Amino acid sequence: MSSVIKVEHLSYVYGEGMPDATRALDDISFEIERGEFLGVIGPTGCGKSTLITHFNGLNRPTSGRLLIDGEDIWADPKQIRQYRFKVGLVFQYPEYQLFEETVRKDIAFGPRNMGLPEEEIALRIQKAARFCGLDESLLDRSPFELSGGQKRRAAIAGVIAMQPEVLVLDEPAAGLDPEGREMILSQIKKYHKETGTTVVLVSHSMEDIAKYADRVLVLQAGKLAMLDTTANIFARAQELVGYGLSVPQVTKIFLRLREMGLDLPVDVYTVKYARDVILGALAKRGGGQDA
Amino acid sequence: MLKDITIGQHFPGDSVIHKMDPRAKLLLTVAYIVVLFIGSNPVGLALSALFLVVAYRVSGIPLRMVGKSLRPILPIILFTSILNLFFVGGDPVFHWWVFTITRQGIYNVMVLTVRIVCLIAGTSLLTYTTSPIVLTDAMERLMKPLAKLHLPVHELAMMMTIALRFIPLLIEETDKIMSAQKARGAELDTGKLADRIRALIPVLIPLFVSAFRRADELAMAMECRCYHGGEGRTRLHQLHLGGTDYLLVLVCAALFAVIGCSGILWGML
Repeated sequence: MSSVIKVEHLSYVYGEGMPDATRALDDISFEIERGEFLGVIGPTGCGKSTLITHFNGLNRPTSGRLLIDGEDIWADPKQIRQYRFKVGLVFQYPEYQLFEETVRKDIAFGPRNMGLPEEEIALRIQKAARFCGLDESLLDRSPFELSGGQKRRAAIAGVIAMQPEVLVLDEPAAGLDPEGREMILSQIKKYHKETGTTVVLVSHSMEDIAKYADRVLVLQAGKLAMLDTTANIFARAQELVGYGLSVPQVTKIFLRLREMGLDLPVDVYTVKYARDVILGALAKRGGGQDA
Repeated sequence: MLKDITIGQHFPGDSVIHKMDPRAKLLLTVAYIVVLFIGSNPVGLALSALFLVVAYRVSGIPLRMVGKSLRPILPIILFTSILNLFFVGGDPVFHWWVFTITRQGIYNVMVLTVRIVCLIAGTSLLTYTTSPIVLTDAMERLMKPLAKLHLPVHELAMMMTIALRFIPLLIEETDKIMSAQKARGAELDTGKLADRIRALIPVLIPLFVSAFRRADELAMAMECRCYHGGEGRTRLHQLHLGGTDYLLVLVCAALFAVIGCSGILWGML
């Protein structure tokens, strides 16, 4: 697999030259593989949001480079806009950026900025709305009449309609009820599977990351602390706790069970996997008793 | 770029100026402005500027901050300077094509520039060393006599407090919305003027919507705490004029008097 985004020794300093300058990102290097679902976790204020605003050139690295498809995005600052269409960024609480008269027009804002023909725009609106679970009848309503969850989905559709190569989402489920959370995240996963788009998901919820991500990047105080497959990351539960992060509840239970002397794998991080492990263990035990 | 706005910015500290009674500070600032206009001669302005430098030193606020607060009004200074430089009649010192620079013009520009700089720097010092809440408190106290004329003094002060409190919030919000629309390909800082104005719509509409939402939420929160206006309201922190306050006011008043009378001195020179 080739990398779609490559970060090379990226550092970012807020308010450079001022006495209160703070180093938000410190010499970060990693690659995002094409077509993967990458989870980004880290304690509050570790630089997650700062990092993702570099992906589409909203922030310019103080030092280091950022390559998309092998090209340095800051090689020509005038061309930075084209990378905004390659990397679609959904901010926290994206519903606050809705502004058009109708949902349809709002979703069209991105594609229209790309200069696409009208038929193509109409097609993309339909597709994006479907992916986000927005009913056709909602498209001609004012975005301000929608419910919170619907607004959120309309705003995400506005970014998906640009059909970016990489979709970056910053806490897309923050502030939603469990059902709305589940719905948005599973739709993003479905979109990822069907279109093969690379997805970067920033989240505080270890459960969500465990459930959806292929690989996980852990940021700690502006530094890259870990980057590995989800299973390997959650197998290092002690370290995560040391960073002030938690692990999924089911991982906690299995850690305790291991401490109690049971021979169980260390990387149990989804309920489904846990069920399989427990059933397997029970079957072994049952078999042992029979013999 | 929006982070450069310093209106209402406050730098906590514990210098004499920080600790001074806000009413005294407010009145002294007003007096300083008046004095700047009365003592509009080179001697007076030099003394005024010197006074400010000393005051900034005492407050511990870096003089560099003056530059920061001046940046937004730089175009105004330049504009008035150019007008004065070329359109004030008098003894010409320089002449080229239709442009004539006169001695009076140069004099006007210098006086004007120093006066505006002192004006902004002086009022900035007030907001740098006084938190907005305390400042509006002082205003409310000073305007209290007007309540007898049925002027809603408390309500005005409360509105001012809220407005000041909301400035940084709205700036932050604008920044966020601008980033979000840029992420969708909006071009905010390039293109023709007409395009740029049109490009502001996607920023302004969400900004207004969220300002109204915040106002609604704040009103609700205030009502939940049984806020019902100024009547019968007592304060947690009472303002007290102390010995240092009187001393500082006296010193400043004496100095201002000298600056005010400096015109006579300048006339003698």
